[in-house]
Amino acid sequence: MKILDKLMHHDDVQAQFWRTDFPVLKSRVHGKPLVYLDNAATTQKPLAVIEAESDYYLNYNANVHRGVHALSLRATEAYEEVRVKVQHLINAVSPDEIIFVRGTTEAINLVAQSYGRSRLQAGDEIVLSEMEHHSNIVPWQILCQQTGAKLRIIPVNDLGELQMEAYADLLNEHTRLVAVTHVSNSLGTINPVKAIVALAHEHGVPVLVDGAQAIAHLPVDVRDMDCDFYAFSAHKLYGPTGVGVLYGKAALLEAMPVYQGGGDMINSVSFGETTFNVLPFKFEAGTPNIAGVIGLGAAIDYLGSIEWDELVAHDRALLAYATPLLASVSGLRIIGNARDKIGILSFVLEGMHAHDIGTLLDSEGVAIRTGHHCTMPLMQRFGVPATARASFALYNTRQEVDALVEAVYKAKEVFRP
Amino acid sequence: MNDLRELYQETILDHYRQPRNAGRLVGANRTAEGYNPLCGDKVKLYLKVEDGVIRDVRFEGYGCAIATASASLMTECIKGKSEAEALQLMESVHAMVAGGGTSAEGKLAVLAGVREFPQRVKCATLAWHTMKAALDNVEEAVTTQ
Ligand SMILES: Cc1ncc(COP(=O)(O)O)c(C=O)c1O
Repeated sequence: MKILDKLMHHDDVQAQFWRTDFPVLKSRVHGKPLVYLDNAATTQKPLAVIEAESDYYLNYNANVHRGVHALSLRATEAYEEVRVKVQHLINAVSPDEIIFVRGTTEAINLVAQSYGRSRLQAGDEIVLSEMEHHSNIVPWQILCQQTGAKLRIIPVNDLGELQMEAYADLLNEHTRLVAVTHVSNSLGTINPVKAIVALAHEHGVPVLVDGAQAIAHLPVDVRDMDCDFYAFSAHKLYGPTGVGVLYGKAALLEAMPVYQGGGDMINSVSFGETTFNVLPFKFEAGTPNIAGVIGLGAAIDYLGSIEWDELVAHDRALLAYATPLLASVSGLRIIGNARDKIGILSFVLEGMHAHDIGTLLDSEGVAIRTGHHCTMPLMQRFGVPATARASFALYNTRQEVDALVEAVYKAKEVFRP
Repeated sequence: MNDLRELYQETILDHYRQPRNAGRLVGANRTAEGYNPLCGDKVKLYLKVEDGVIRDVRFEGYGCAIATASASLMTECIKGKSEAEALQLMESVHAMVAGGGTSAEGKLAVLAGVREFPQRVKCATLAWHTMKAALDNVEEAVTTQ
């Protein structure tokens, strides 16, 4: 009866179909079926993505934007088509606003070093939040060292939500940039980015939104959000590693100095003077990750075959199912109880360190992340050195949540006095 | 599961729950801090060394079961030992958990289970690296990265 009940959930039935698109999910770990719940670190890849990459290498591998020969034209076409796919995915005005980079980290560094370095000076302020990933902290710290600017930090409340009044108070005539995450990778919190942007714009301050965790979980509309920059990584969107996107409003990108110098980003080079290429090529120096970009295109197509409503509903359903089950484990405390969150569950267990939980869960085939999740200031805020984190993707099911909870009980058993 | 039992054997869990020689050591003349950024294990070690002999040792810190038990066991084993003997013990623990080496003698042998869990070797060796740093009188925190 219990099993029947579970099969009755429409979204779980759907997820069982989606699972078959992901070859690695058939793996066994330590003799147990793999229960992959480390999706916030990186998602698994559907066969369509793997095949798109290998198709490029098998059938039309060539450099882009250079050759006059057939393969090069084909590769260039495939590469540029993905730019348009990304434009539509996030509703940018033009494909010229889509810059391919290595990932979220490089996108943020690009903005810090190009936009930030050319505009900021001593006394200026950059507003970040307490829940940022190190990759949305450290590039700004480097910029501060270079320019003498200072960081101001939006605090987080006990639920794991940004304190919006405090944010409003931080904005002043010295503020030059706001950089916040759309969704917290440690807590799952969805931040009210549209309101954050609107408030910053009242002060004439541009906003960078770190979309690394949002991109696979929420429909993203950069025009509606009105953010000035948006960054994400393909590998958290069921695509390959080593590719990411920086979206920037065209006018801002036009005005920004180049980031890296090299091939492809120039118009003409002489030892006297070099003139730079137009957007988006101005920011894409050197041979890009062509196969990776093509893989990203396949990932976007794959997601395009699924309704956002369905995806979001499944994510919410898994979270709603898992949260009370985990919370009812004695001694377990969930870190991050925002009213608006995606399927990420960070927790600590009394008398057990996260690292031990991770090892014990792994022995049951359950893959989770343990540690500080590259958010050390946030861990400090909640007074924990580390958490265990389960994070969901479209192919996860209630059955897997049950496996997680069962593995947690087993782990507790090992540590029972 | 057998590997797990070996890793989390009763002695380890006992030292984790009730670490020996925990807390500050008043009158320590060598200290060092160790940090494992991967999992947030932190240990501060206090040594009282006289005439090349470790007269007393205590530690403070927060860590996983392996890191804490290893630190606790270490304090028991190095008390009364010469600096050279303590470093010798460190070498044998390292060889044992990193594979290759034979079992360390005595109660330290309970750490042998770590060998099957390469991701946990740094947890087991953190306190020992910190001890070496304290003996060398290194001021800044050591990490196992
Ligand atoms: C919120 C957030 N920002 C930035 C990053 C960095 O992404 P990447 O390592 O792909 O550059 C991550 C990845 O863990 C993340 O979760």
